[in-house]
Amino acid sequence: MTTNTETANTETTAGAPEIRVRDLHKSFGDNEVLRGIDLEIRQGEVVCVIGPSGSGKSTLLRCVNLLEEPTQGQVFVGGTEITDPDVDIDAVRRRIGMVFQQFNLFPHLTVTENLTLPQRRVLKRDKAEAARVAAENLQRVGLAEKATAYPSSLSGGQQQRVAIARALAMGPEVMLFDEPTSALDPELVGDVLAVMRMLANDGMTMMVVTHEMTFAREVADRVVFMDGGVIVEEGAPAQVIGAPRHERTRHFLSRLLDPATAEVGETPERMDKAGR
Amino acid sequence: MSETKTGKKGKTGETETTEATAGAQLQPRRRGLTRRQKRAASRGLQYVVFVAAVAALAVTADWGGLRNQFAQSDLAGQMFPDIITLALKNTVLYTVSGFVFGLVLGMVVALMRLSSVGPYRWAAGIYIEVFRGLPALLIFIFVAVAVPLAFPGTEIPGGTYGKVALGLGLVSAAYMAETIRAGIQAVPKGQMEAARSLGFSHARAMVSIIMPQAFRIVIPPMTNQLVLLFKDSSLVLFLGVTLEERELAKFGRDLASQTANSTPILVAGLCYLLVTVPLGFVVRRLEAKAGEATR
Ligand SMILES: Nc1ncnc2c1ncn2[C@@H]1O[C@H](COP(=O)(O)OP(=O)(O)OP(=O)(O)O)[C@@H](O)[C@H]1O
Ligand SMILES: [Mg+2]
Repeated sequence: MTTNTETANTETTAGAPEIRVRDLHKSFGDNEVLRGIDLEIRQGEVVCVIGPSGSGKSTLLRCVNLLEEPTQGQVFVGGTEITDPDVDIDAVRRRIGMVFQQFNLFPHLTVTENLTLPQRRVLKRDKAEAARVAAENLQRVGLAEKATAYPSSLSGGQQQRVAIARALAMGPEVMLFDEPTSALDPELVGDVLAVMRMLANDGMTMMVVTHEMTFAREVADRVVFMDGGVIVEEGAPAQVIGAPRHERTRHFLSRLLDPATAEVGETPERMDKAGR
Repeated sequence: MSETKTGKKGKTGETETTEATAGAQLQPRRRGLTRRQKRAASRGLQYVVFVAAVAALAVTADWGGLRNQFAQSDLAGQMFPDIITLALKNTVLYTVSGFVFGLVLGMVVALMRLSSVGPYRWAAGIYIEVFRGLPALLIFIFVAVAVPLAFPGTEIPGGTYGKVALGLGLVSAAYMAETIRAGIQAVPKGQMEAARSLGFSHARAMVSIIMPQAFRIVIPPMTNQLVLLFKDSSLVLFLGVTLEERELAKFGRDLASQTANSTPILVAGLCYLLVTVPLGFVVRRLEAKAGEATR
């Protein structure tokens, strides 16, 4: 977390591998959603995962903290093989923050309680310590004044920033984001992306499933394009987004950037966001 | 009657007639009644029937006899304060202990019903079906007779209070289990996923995150359950209780047979209403509030 800003956001960051995915397969019944994924994310690296709907992006992300049980293959986080059946998954998940498309704040708790309850129950921090960490992280996402509010009284953008603060309060080594801005009104997207940008600059290791091409281009160290349960291509954002090598990537990006050729089902607001 | 009704409506009545004349040209109508007027006439008829029925009951009933049998004020006066300090207190005690026991058991059964372990699910399912399908009275008799037989030498702790808590608890647990299960399932799946991703174990997430939300959802039906239990506590009648253990129904009935007069039954009934009517009001308020919250 204290990694220098200048080492972050550069191609040459030579951190140890924080996430390593090896030959990962995942099936739901007969439906093979992931068909052999190999991926490495180094410490402090920001990797954006892009791809069409149903390509398995969420499933991959959820396999990295075992919200989905892989059918085959291995996942390592910070050197621990989390797919090892003997590993204490709750202990591993404490080190991995996750942010969902639908925020998933606890609606019966205030903003502060959303941040303190997990610290107290899971990390066994005492009341004062948990409150201090909560205040610090709310400050970080710019929502200190909402400490006593309930989630339902916040805008979507504010809720998502609280969700990020809640994950950060656990002191994770890695943050996973699953389309964190897809459920937001367009005018609220910017605040959430700004918080994520700040995290990236602070040297957080991040894996971000997103349709925000501008964000991917500016913040990601690497972009991974997935289609049909495999990684089709990966590389620097300028290369994958700017000069894609594969036809499928080109096709996906052209649909994303030009609404006229979009298939039914690709939501128009995604194009809007991609265009900003 | 129907004429005065439509007459009172004033403005709306006028627009009706314009509509009616417009409609009359398209569809000639017998007796020139609009649809609204017909509806008003039918409503008027219903009033008449209702008033006539009430009047007939009032006239034919033997009020003097009823008053003698049910409303002897001196007899009613004698029941106080015991009916409150003893009978109502016991009714409340039986109800609360049955409710608490039922709630704990119901929670366990609900969690078993949702378990990934097959036998737990089946056992919980059978329990729910059996105890929802049996009359509460049979369960009371079962508790009084079968439990001492099944576990000879063991007394149910708490004497009558324990037996009643067990009987009422066994009945209500089956209903509560289904209510709690529905409540748990009404909590969005993302809540469990968020909790797990923060490092909560499944059990801890259930207790700290899911259950508190489920309970908010089930408060109105649970309060309803409390009303049902309050009435079902009258089944203690069949357990054979000491004088000090009598609740409202038994207290009223004993006194009624001693005095050969039914006034105590009426007073006991009023005591039930004293509690159930406000509780029912609370339920409706909670339901209205819950409806607002989900909007
Ligand atoms: N729990 C599940 N049970 C069965 N099938 C599932 C489940 N979760 C995902 N799938 C299937 O897996 C496939 C990939 O889903 P996934 O959510 O990973 O796609 P995605 O790339 O995240 O798409 P999107 O951009 O729409 O979020 C889809 O066909 C989906 O129907
Ligand atoms: Mg997805």
